[in-house]
Amino acid sequence: MSGLEVSGVSYAYGSRLALQNVSFKVPSATFCALLGPNGAGKSTLFNLLTRLFSTPTGRIEIAGHDLRARPRIALSHLGIVFQKPTLDLDLTVRQNLKYFAALHGLSGAMADKRIDLCLDRLDMLERSGEKARSLNGGHRRRAEIARALLPEPDVLLLDEPTVGLDTAARRGITDYVHDLAKQGATVLWATHLTDEIQHDDHLVLLHQGRVHATGTARSFCGEMALQDRFLQMTGASPL
Amino acid sequence: MNPYVTSLQAIVYREGLRFIQQRERFAAALVRPLLWLLVFAAGFRAALGLSIIPPYQTYITYEVYIVPGLCGMVMLFNGMQSSLSLVYDREMGSMKLLLTSPLPRWWLLFCKLMGATAISVAQVYAFLAITAAFGIVVPPLGYFMVLPALIVAGLMLGALGLLLSGFVRQLENFAGIMNFVIFPMFFMSSALYPLWKMAESSEFLHAICAVNPFTHAVELIRFALYGQLNVAALGWTLLATVVFMAVAIYSYNPSRTGVARRG
Repeated sequence: MSGLEVSGVSYAYGSRLALQNVSFKVPSATFCALLGPNGAGKSTLFNLLTRLFSTPTGRIEIAGHDLRARPRIALSHLGIVFQKPTLDLDLTVRQNLKYFAALHGLSGAMADKRIDLCLDRLDMLERSGEKARSLNGGHRRRAEIARALLPEPDVLLLDEPTVGLDTAARRGITDYVHDLAKQGATVLWATHLTDEIQHDDHLVLLHQGRVHATGTARSFCGEMALQDRFLQMTGASPL
Repeated sequence: MNPYVTSLQAIVYREGLRFIQQRERFAAALVRPLLWLLVFAAGFRAALGLSIIPPYQTYITYEVYIVPGLCGMVMLFNGMQSSLSLVYDREMGSMKLLLTSPLPRWWLLFCKLMGATAISVAQVYAFLAITAAFGIVVPPLGYFMVLPALIVAGLMLGALGLLLSGFVRQLENFAGIMNFVIFPMFFMSSALYPLWKMAESSEFLHAICAVNPFTHAVELIRFALYGQLNVAALGWTLLATVVFMAVAIYSYNPSRTGVARRG
């Protein structure tokens, strides 16, 4: 069963096409980087994958479930970390996670157990009683990843999750999510930062709403550095 | 536990928690109608003569007349306030969390509506307690009988707020919408003056007041406070609730792309 499959998806804002016939597959237990410069259509694609938007063209399958035909089942297999932080800053970390657990139908002892487990995995258990406002950016992101893992999703979507974080926090979160993929999660990680991508990762290069390349990062860049290859493919030049 | 019940509890609890944390919102919600009651009503008492109209069985003071209208005002402002919160949530991204839940979207919106209604009802009871402290009271049974009426009115006005939040794109646009919704709804209703008074001045305005759902919400509350059921007002208010909710659910349909814009 495929982790995530997108086929023939297009999307337009009025007359402006944001995505054109986008197709790619992310196999199970794979870290796939959705690489693209700003304005490539990554966030639009994420909005479609999370059903915040919908489009009549193409097909999206999450853990084998058609998002259009069976949206609720498909969404129940999805963990999401949005680009903008979505923690309620006036609630504690635990309250934030409890609220999210309830939105996924988890309550009582079962929810508490899952919350403890997920926070522990992200080294956040000791901070569960703190208000989200008091956490730094890295810890807030960790709390959001713990939250995304609560319903035990098969597919994890992260939309530029390291934006605004310092180098250490970026490294910690990037490594942790790579480990999750090794443990069986299917990960789609949107980014424009090539240093977050490892050679064995799958890669989808999105540029101007089209998929320009798919494959492993190693096969994509060949002898070149990934960043140079990326700049070459997208026609951008460093300042 | 059933996931529908779990989500309802969580959303209502969170709305309540949020409200408690915003003490100034609670104060504003009470000060506004009290100003109308203690200042506006005092000034207008002499200007407006009221005859005996149902549900009242005797002559009443103007302060007594406008209490149900001010209960409606509390709910109207709260409905708009919750709508504003929804637009803010959408701009800040936290709305995405709600809408990507595997539960049906209509249910999640309904839960939000229930949360807003619960807060509205609590505010109205706080207002009624203060009016009682000033000596403006209704029959004791009325305080119980009004509860279902408040819930129905709160749902209708909350659904209106939900509907507006689905169509309003940015926070900056919200002030204008509030002016175009709150003030016309409030002034073109029976909250401040009975409809026959309006008919004496303008048949056209009277016709608008008569179809204004806020008028019916106020009349539902007014009759319930005196232990009576105004069936027509209940029917109108329920009908408006269903229509507003249906349009609100449509406005949050992902194919409209109104829920989340490019991030």
